[in-house]
Amino acid sequence: MSKYYLGIDLGSTTSKAVIINEKDEIIGRGITNTRANYKVAADIAREEAEYDARFSLLTQQLKNEIAEYPEFMKYMADIRSVFQYRQFERRMDLLKKTLRETVDGFAYDNKDEIADRLNDILNIIGPQIRHEFLEEDLGSRNQFFRDIINERYNQEVEKVDRKYFEPLMLAFDKSITPVENQMLQFNFKELVDESMRVLEVKYQGLADMQEDKEDWYFSELNAVKNNFKSLESSLRGHIDQIAGEEIHIVNMVGTGYGRALLPFPEDCIKSEILCHAFGAHAVFPNTRTVLDIGGQDTKAIQVDSHGLVTSFHMNDRCAAGCGRYLGYIADEFGISINELGPEAMEADKETDICSTCTVFAGAEVRELLNNGEKRPNILAGLHKAIVQRSMSLIARSGGVRNEFTFTGGVARNQAVLKYVTEMVKDSYGDVTMNIHTDSIFMGALGGAMFARRNIKVDLPAKAKAIN
Amino acid sequence: MPQEAQKEKSMILQKEMINGLFDELEKAKETGKKVCYTFVPGNLSELIRTFDMLPVYPEINALQSAMRKKSGAYIKEAEKNAHSEDVCTYVKCDVGMMLKGNIGPTGQKIPEPDILLLSYTGCFTFMKWFETLKREYPNAEVIMLHTPYQENGEIRPEMTEYMVKQLREEAIPKMEKISGVKFDEEKLKKHLKLAKEAQDWITKIFETTKHRPSPIDAYFAGVYYIGPINIGFRGTQEAVDYYKELYSEIQERIDLGLGPITPEGEMKEEKYRLVVEGPPNWTSFREFWKIFYDMGAVIVASSYTKVGGVYDMGWRHDPERPLESLAEYCMNCYTNLNIPQRIDLLSKCIQDYHADGYVTNSIKSCNSFSAGQLGMMREIEDRLEIPVGFIESDLVDPRYFSYSNIKNRLESFFQMLEQRKIITATEEVV
Repeated sequence: MSKYYLGIDLGSTTSKAVIINEKDEIIGRGITNTRANYKVAADIAREEAEYDARFSLLTQQLKNEIAEYPEFMKYMADIRSVFQYRQFERRMDLLKKTLRETVDGFAYDNKDEIADRLNDILNIIGPQIRHEFLEEDLGSRNQFFRDIINERYNQEVEKVDRKYFEPLMLAFDKSITPVENQMLQFNFKELVDESMRVLEVKYQGLADMQEDKEDWYFSELNAVKNNFKSLESSLRGHIDQIAGEEIHIVNMVGTGYGRALLPFPEDCIKSEILCHAFGAHAVFPNTRTVLDIGGQDTKAIQVDSHGLVTSFHMNDRCAAGCGRYLGYIADEFGISINELGPEAMEADKETDICSTCTVFAGAEVRELLNNGEKRPNILAGLHKAIVQRSMSLIARSGGVRNEFTFTGGVARNQAVLKYVTEMVKDSYGDVTMNIHTDSIFMGALGGAMFARRNIKVDLPAKAKAIN
Repeated sequence: MPQEAQKEKSMILQKEMINGLFDELEKAKETGKKVCYTFVPGNLSELIRTFDMLPVYPEINALQSAMRKKSGAYIKEAEKNAHSEDVCTYVKCDVGMMLKGNIGPTGQKIPEPDILLLSYTGCFTFMKWFETLKREYPNAEVIMLHTPYQENGEIRPEMTEYMVKQLREEAIPKMEKISGVKFDEEKLKKHLKLAKEAQDWITKIFETTKHRPSPIDAYFAGVYYIGPINIGFRGTQEAVDYYKELYSEIQERIDLGLGPITPEGEMKEEKYRLVVEGPPNWTSFREFWKIFYDMGAVIVASSYTKVGGVYDMGWRHDPERPLESLAEYCMNCYTNLNIPQRIDLLSKCIQDYHADGYVTNSIKSCNSFSAGQLGMMREIEDRLEIPVGFIESDLVDPRYFSYSNIKNRLESFFQMLEQRKIITATEEVV
């Protein structure tokens, strides 16, 4: 039986899980937003990583078939989309039920009217989301349940009469957290079966709607459609096998802000500084300096040729300049966190932001907007301010040594990346700079790698860890 | 379950000495003894004794207040009286204590100063502190010596001459006037001879950390060990007796192969040996210490235990050159060394005591210590290729000790050391 290792990184904003095989290759990733309940967050991230691992194994197993019939790829991706939607839908059903119960418990005189409005909204956003999952691949965008619903729910609430605004928002706020904190059990095989049934209907109904789409898109779909039956039957056996296979986790390591809350033995809890450095070093073996910008802390880490940390510096006493700062700013602007970077990239200059405090920066932003400053320019200034703070931490830790690797959730933000690149180059010259698409998973990857090594070096802790 | 703290004979001796001093202070008005407020770095303990005066150390009172959880309220009181948030918390704690009746750590009233003696001017705050006290106690005589900084890493003859001149022309005449005691050089020489003896003993004591396991913690327990030598007993037979007793107790631990004593009993396993730079945090001293001993970390040397004087490099008081050696003593305290000297001293400690790591506790309140700490850490890291850690806290303001932040950083640091050990071991096997 194959052996796998799990790393869980419980951050202040997101919880990540990574499963690796015995060659340190990532075969599964899972991510969720960190809730009040760390245990649930860890379980959800882990379960996600396990499903992802099964899909990875399936793809590996089908390598030859995929090479021969590229349409396999499309069909697999489709199964994945429906699979993710089915998971989402289960939680959505729970949310609907909870929302209705919450409204029912209200003391408002017009609660029946509120319930009607609520139903209207749910009837609009439900199919909307379904469409986005099945046709627009929403599931691959790494968005969390709360964010997906929140965005669309708010949009609809804005449209109804103002007198329903407060009760409808209250109902949402009261219902979302308990629903998020509930652990739902899924059966991989059942969900895949369901997904395949849904796809069957989709492909059969695909007939004559080709005129408004590009040719390449339809050639791919048509290939799936035409071969659907043979695809399905050849896949079935593999799916049954993979679904039945146990993802045998031999050892696991927890890290991150909430690591102390994980029900792991003490020696399976590792500092996120070591994990991030180890993960970054594994992916880019020449890494000597790691910058990690997370939700509430920024770490500048120096590592040696083994990936061992030699020194590190973290922000102390103030979390301005971390991921949460961006979240706060996004709220101030009333946009989603994913829109921040792209909008900042449209700037023609960076507005100076003097405040080193997140809350004061909020006030400064409002003042600047009142003065007619352009939004992208303000956003660019804010992004620059964050990076400047990181640069001073890097300087304190000993500067940038070749190569430099940038990890953490914030590394996905294009504007942050732009300023990091500029400023590192400006201060330290032409060093090699690494940013991986998996940057947010580096801590969990490092954890998983430690889990594998813990066993290998045969520490006294071994016996305990396996239990 | 935490054990009852083990009481050694030396601990009892120290307690008696301190209680005796505070008893004398309480009765100073009746006995007519004059009271001299002064600071630990560069303190002229032997000279104060020569004039039969009693010393009061405001910064020691501040740290004692912090260990008794009283500093928060004192600091609040000082802030109410217009001392800004950024002022050194030793100062604010002392000012607050004064405003609340000047009740010292033993619960006894501390008498007003007859003399404010400043013999180390490397800390600018000290000057401002005594300016504040002078306003509060207008009758006190002020003696302020200008102590040259070891800018070029050495004490040159003209620096010593300059200090001796100040002692002769400023300090001694004023002390004679206030105490009514005529300066007696022979008496000073006797105190200096005893001071030298105590310095020999304390050097031997701090050198015992060369043993594995180290029989003492040179930081958390070290701050107790430096008590007598720093707070007015240097130059007395009592101090010599205390250090002799302490040394024999430590010797016994070495013979039995025992590790250091912690508040929860003896440390069972020595996993990491560290050198620490910077003062400790006093408001959460026990919690701070516990993070270290829980991880099996023992401090084998620290710069803080050298604030009163650096004896590692062989410097001692010399009875044959009484005023010259007082002058040199003032210029030779740790924070009066230039940065390269401090780096050399710390590197020597790391090598002599076989440390696995180096930790800086950077103090918000203290410029004398904090200036240059990062550069020193980096130089040491590069020179000795040793893992380094950096944490931040404060002396006596409880608001600036963030337990979880400090624990998080130290945990990472210890895991860093552990990881290094595993890899080194693996490489050796290969």
